[in-house]
Order: sequence, then C-alpha cells, then structure tokens
Amino acid sequence: MTANGVPKPEEQAKLVVRNLTVFYGEKKAVGPVAMDIVGQHVTALIGPSGCGKSTFLRSLNRMNELIPGCRIEGDVRLDGDPIYGQGIDPVAVRRRIGMVFQRSNPFPKSIAENVAYGLRIGGVNDAREIAMRVERALTQAALWEEVKDRLNDSALGLSGGQQQRLCIARALAVEPEVLLMDEPASALDPIATAHIEELINELSEHYTVVIVTHNMQQAARVADYTAFFYLGELVEFDRTDVLFTKPNDSRTEDYITGRFG
Amino acid sequence: MSATGAGAVVRPDREAQARLAARRTRRNFVGDGAMAIASGAALLIVLAVLAIILVDILHNGLPRLSWAFLTQEPREGMTAGGIFPAIVGMVQMVILMTLAGVPVGVATAIYLHEYSSPVSPVTRAIRIAVANLAGVPSIVFGLFGLGFFIQFLGAGIDKVFFHGQKVYGQPALIWAALTMAVLTLPVVIVATEEALRAVPRELREASLALGATKWQTVMHVVVPQAAPGILTGTILAVSRGAGEVAPILFTGAAYFLPQLPTHLSSQFMSPSYHVYVLSTQSPDVDATKPILYATVLVLLVLTFTLNMAAVVVRARMRRRQGVPA
Amino acid sequence: MARQKRSSSARITVPPARPPKLTLAPAPLWHRAAEWTLRVLAVSAIVAIVLILVFIAKEAAPIFYSAAVRAEVTLSKMWVPQLWPGYDESASIWQPVSEIPKFGIWPLILGTLKITFVAMLFSIPLGVGAALYVAEYARPRTREILKPSVELLAGIPSVVLGFFALMVMATWFQDWFHLESRLNALVSGVALSFAVIPVIFTLSEEALRAVPRSYVEASTALGAARWQTTLRVVLPAASPGIAAGVALGLGRAVGETMIVLMASGNAAIVSASLVDSARTISATIAAELAEVVFGGAHYTVLFFLGTLLFLTTFCINSLGDWAIRRMKRRLGATS
Repeated sequence: MTANGVPKPEEQAKLVVRNLTVFYGEKKAVGPVAMDIVGQHVTALIGPSGCGKSTFLRSLNRMNELIPGCRIEGDVRLDGDPIYGQGIDPVAVRRRIGMVFQRSNPFPKSIAENVAYGLRIGGVNDAREIAMRVERALTQAALWEEVKDRLNDSALGLSGGQQQRLCIARALAVEPEVLLMDEPASALDPIATAHIEELINELSEHYTVVIVTHNMQQAARVADYTAFFYLGELVEFDRTDVLFTKPNDSRTEDYITGRFG
Repeated sequence: MSATGAGAVVRPDREAQARLAARRTRRNFVGDGAMAIASGAALLIVLAVLAIILVDILHNGLPRLSWAFLTQEPREGMTAGGIFPAIVGMVQMVILMTLAGVPVGVATAIYLHEYSSPVSPVTRAIRIAVANLAGVPSIVFGLFGLGFFIQFLGAGIDKVFFHGQKVYGQPALIWAALTMAVLTLPVVIVATEEALRAVPRELREASLALGATKWQTVMHVVVPQAAPGILTGTILAVSRGAGEVAPILFTGAAYFLPQLPTHLSSQFMSPSYHVYVLSTQSPDVDATKPILYATVLVLLVLTFTLNMAAVVVRARMRRRQGVPA
Repeated sequence: MARQKRSSSARITVPPARPPKLTLAPAPLWHRAAEWTLRVLAVSAIVAIVLILVFIAKEAAPIFYSAAVRAEVTLSKMWVPQLWPGYDESASIWQPVSEIPKFGIWPLILGTLKITFVAMLFSIPLGVGAALYVAEYARPRTREILKPSVELLAGIPSVVLGFFALMVMATWFQDWFHLESRLNALVSGVALSFAVIPVIFTLSEEALRAVPRSYVEASTALGAARWQTTLRVVLPAASPGIAAGVALGLGRAVGETMIVLMASGNAAIVSASLVDSARTISATIAAELAEVVFGGAHYTVLFFLGTLLFLTTFCINSLGDWAIRRMKRRLGATS
C-alpha cells in the first residue's frame, strides 16, 4: 500500500521506503512496505504485538542485520541516498539514523561519558568540543538542568525516565538526521512518559522522528503521520487525524476501536 | 469419575486407606530423614577432611613460618634457612606464564564469543580443543614441554643462535613458563567467556546503534565490562601455575641452585617442586620436616588466597551486573 | 484526539551542515588488523592440542620403526607376558633399569586401575551425596558458605595432597589397619579421591539445581514424599550432569600424577590386593623420565605411555563433554 495522504509541498519525504521485506530465514517477517516518511515530522508505527512494526523500524538503520539469518529485500533511501546495497557501510548509516530503545541501556559509565561515547568513536577528540556537544545534547533532551552538577556520576544512578532521556541525549550527540524510537516510554511511569512525549514534540521541529508505540493514544498525541501494521503487513498509512477518524481499511478501524489488541 | 460397567460404584474403604496412609507417613518420615542424614553425612565427611588437612598443616607449619623463612636461602642441606629462592623462581615463572598465556586466552574467548558463528566448524573445533586441553593430564604437559619446547624449539634455537651449544635445549625458565601457559589456557578462556556472556546484549546494541564498529564496541564497551571476569581467570591461572609440579618436573625446576635465575634459560626453584623433592628424596626426613611443613603452608596460603580473591572478584562482578534493570 | 500544538523551543538547535554521503567507508585499517590478530590467536587452542599429540607421538614413534629400540622392546613385548631368564613362568614385569630391561606394562595398567577404582569408590558417593545436601537441603544463605567451602578442596594443589597422604595418612592407615606396606594403593586412592570429589561435586550440584521446579511441584502435588521426589524425579533428571561430573572426575583420576607418585609406594607389581604398593602409568613417567637416555628404548616407551594416557583421557573427557552437552540440550527449553 502506498501513502494515502499526499504530503504538503513544504513537507518533503526524508526516508523513502519501497518494497521493503524482511525475512528471518525462509519466513517473511514484514513487508513488502512502501512508505514516505516526512522530514521533520513525527511518524508513528502502531499495531498489535508481533505485527512487525519493530522489525520494520530496525531495518531503517540496518540493526536487523545483527540477527543471524535475517535477510532484507527492497530499498530505503535517505534524502535520495540508498542505505542498503553493495558498498554502503552500515556504520555510516547508523551515524545519520540514530535509535533509542525500549528499555534504556546506558553504559556503565558516567553521564558525560555516555553522551560522549558516540563522539569519541566517531573520531572527535577535542575535549572542549566534546564538552560543548555533550551539553547541547543534554539540553536538547531536557536533562541538562538535572544533571549538570553531576556529569561524572554513574549513569546507572539515574531514574528510569532520566536514563531514557540520557539515551536520547546520547543518540542526539551524534547529530543524526533521523531518530528512530522503539516504544521509548513503555517502561516508564506516566509522568516520565509525558516528559518524553513533550520532548518528541520539540525534537520534531528539527529531527525526523519515527516512533513505534503500542499505545494508540500516544500516537494520537505525538505523531503527525501514523502507519498501522498488522500481521507483517502495512495496512494503512496516513496523517494521524485522518487515520484515527476516517480509516480506509476495516482492520484499521477494528484496531482503533479496540475490537482487538 | 464414571461408574464401572456393571453399574456398581466402588465405595472407597476408608479404614484401609487410613492404615495405608499411616504406614506411608511413617515410611516417608524415615525415608526423608535417612536421605537428609546420608547426604548431610557425605558433606560433613568432605568438610572434615578439608579441616583435618588444613589444621595439620597449620599446626605443624606455623611454628616454622616467619619473615626470615620467606627471605632467607636454604642452608645446611634444607634443614635450616628459608625458601626465598624458591619464591623468587615461582614468581618469575608465573609472571612469564601470565604474559604469554592471558592475552592468548582472552583473545580466543573474545573471538569465540563476539566474532565467530556458533555453527562454523572452526568454532566447534576450537571449543573441542579447549575442552580437551582442560582434561590433559599434567604429566603429559610435562612430556609436551620436553618434546616440543626443549627438544624441538630449544634445540633449534641452539643450533641457529648458539652454534650447537646447549643453552635453550635443556630445562629452562621460559620453557616451564610456556608449558604452564598452555596448561592454564582453558582456565583463562572459560572465565573470560563467562564474563563476556554476562555483558547484556542491550549494551552492544546501544553502541552499534550509535555508529560504532564491532571492534570499537568490543574494546570500549564489552571488554571493560568483562574485565573482572578476565581478572578472575588470570587469578585462577596463577593459582594453578603456582601449585602444579608435574609440568615443571622436566622443563625447568631444580632442587637447589646456588644463585637466583637471571636468564630465560636459567633453571629455577619453586615451592611446589620443593615440597615434592623434600617429601620423597630427603636424606633425613625428621630434620627437614619443619621446613617441609612450612613450605607446604606457604604454598597453601598462597593458592587459597588467590582462589578466594578470584571468588570475591567474581561475586562482586555478578552483584554489579544485577544493578541495571 | 486532537494533537497538541507543537511548542517551539529555543532549546532545539538546527543540526549542522550535512555530513558526507553514505558510502563504503572501510573500518580503519588497524581495526581489521586487530580483528585478524584475534582470529589467529583464537586458533591457538587447536594448535596446542595438535602439537601435544604430534610431539608426544613423535618421540614414541621409534617403537615402531627404530631397530635399536625394537631390539629391546616391541609392542608385543609390552603387552604379552614374557618368559624371562631366571623365572619359572612368563610374567609381565616392568623393570626397565636392569641388566635385561623388561617393559611389561600390565603392572602399570593394573596399578592405575586399582588406584582409580579406590578413588572413584570414595569420591562418587561423597561427591554426589554432598552435592545432594547442598542443592536440596541447605538453605540459600548456608549454601553460599558450603559450596565455596567444598570447592576450597579443589584449590589444594595435588602435591600438597600427596604430601599429606605420604606424611600423615599413610601412618594413620598403617596404624589402624595394620598394613604391611605403608604406601599403597589404598592410601593413594583415598588421597586421590580428595582431588576428584570437588569435580564431581561442582557438576552434580549444578545439575541438581538445574532440575526445573515444575517437576518437583508436579511430583509433590501427586502426593510424593520428599525423598521419593528426590529419588525418582530429581536424581534421574540430574543424572546426565552427574554422569558428566563422574566422567570428568574419572579423567582427572586416571591422569593425576603427584598424589600417586608420592603415596602409592611405586612398586610395579601385579597384585590384586588393594593394600599392596602399586604404580600408575603417570607416576611411572614422572619418576623415570629424569634418568633416561634421550632417544633410548626406555625414553621411547615412556613417551609411548604418555601417548596412551593422552588418548585415554581424551576419550574419557570427550564422553564427559558429550554428556554435558546432552544435558544442556535436554534442559534447553527451560534454561
């Protein structure tokens, strides 16, 4: 299925997905998917568990390749550059398309070192530049005020919500163009969740955000565009308000009205 | 429950059931008790043996133990003085062994766990080799040291560098250390792999998602996290190295040397070898007994301390990993 | 379900100029070199095992082809009892250092079997029994003290166990049992069991604790007493792991050198009695290798024995590993 909603002229497709299919061995996990992900907007992927939305998300930054037996067919282009193909380095892809995971996974290092990690392995060595970018990333993640006095403390001492924001800051420090988020708030309490949603709102001003969520209300609150996945297929993709009020497909309507989870 | 075909319901005989139940209860009581007592007795015997050995050695060795004992040379045919040269020799050998063996063992474990595919024949071959290396008798390692290091490598070095003079083609510190390094390789590999396995997958994923290469992930995230486990493996290897005798019997250990080892080709003394020789070939058993017991005590204290240090490091590592969710 | 208006935030700064296009940027050269070094080093274990076998067999090979060696000893002379001058009947005698060198290896094999038998006789019940107590009956806090305590026994170097057997146990045994030889198969076998018990204990305890709770619950819910559940459910379920521990312990017993070298009396005789002095293959090698002429018949035979020992323990340990792998596979669904 192709995109139902036509992007407004000022909304350009940042990530263009065509015919993307993910196989685990012989079994098809998800696809074929065709989708235009609009730049500097939030796109949500919803659907019941096991429908393939996380698998699809992970194929956008080539993280699926880590699973043995996984095969990807199809095409994904970032601003016109293909990210799959002979001669394309997945490491370079991941520097431009970042990811935040469902359960926060800070390194057992200090807060500052966590954020600086991506910079160091990317070859940035200047201490002042690192410090500046760490501060900027933590500010963008709305965490700077809370941790600016304890940057050298262990990241594991932060609360769950703070750790997740730290992971967001860590991903932002690398200055990706696209941020993929796999159920970023599902392990958090409602207040921390609200913080994360507010953050996503603000980030979408300048970053392209693709978020997987099992919480429809969250998609409705946060996303400009929503894609509904079911049983490994992209069923419908449209602007959020259209999808939730006038869905085209009966399966979408059933899911949204809660007829199945 | 449906009735029998004839239509008659079998009425349970409550009295017989009660009698059976009472007998079973008695039997169970006895059975439970017997099993607990038997297994408890086994445990007690094992611990008692351990205690007896420790007490005997402590009791007989402690009187002779002193700072002088550890820092003096043996005198008067091993009936007086101390075991300083043996301690020095052992330390030298263990240091060489660690330098040679630990990097190779850690590299093997990293390759096995992080890089190799579990189904590839090379991986399976390495694992079989490691498992069998762990089971090779220590005397066979001694033969290996003799046949390979001394007769082959050593003799070869002599021919090329020393014009046939016998320098390395005979028992030497370096050959004993290398033999021990091969012997303790499985210990290091197993401990390192255990530590690598305990590093959560999420940390690797986080690093890769930030655009790190696999090597960077391994070096900057996985190995630092696994460092305590590597330390455990090293400590255990050192403990084995200090205690094993058979591998060094023909590859470098000597009973009495006039001076401390100065070259890789020197022979060396070692407390473990010392115990063996003093026990079996001492001309005057009663006179050397105090020195013998004290040496055994030193050896025991050393290996126990090392093993306990390894246990503590491993326990702290496990506790630390329980912290992140 | 209306979306909230996006708040404009001065916090979010515009990402800087576009980074270079996506191309194949090969990892820095030294990363690749480092990874290749890892691969090369990893093969070291295979190299080691192969080298061990090759170089031991190489020194033993002359028994098959060297005329000088074969003049003194051949395979058949080792295995088949020979009629030596001065003896009434043919016998297998190990007497390499004498006017007529004799290389009958049956005394050594018998000695190895006897001492191993004694060691396993003691270590299996004690090891499994202690493991049973620690795994089934001990409270978790107590277990944390008991388990390392037993494993402390594993930390005692074998030369110390041999020393203890030689100095202390031998005297006790001789006093209590009025034995003829102070150093004999019994003493060394018992001392050997101290080294084997921790091996059996560790693996058995692990196997017993790995038995899924669901089995125990099912058995108890059916009205079984505790001892019945242990005997009929837990022990059988743990038996592959216990068997693996026994196999590994057996390998350890067969190959152990120092304890038997120091405590068995080192008399290479053919005798069924457990309280006679005995000698094992490993102790023979250790005791005699220091005195041999390089390349001579005696030297060759000792290396031959070493090869035999290597192959035997190789087989026993492979069996044990196979059993461990089977156990892990069987319990695979749960762990």
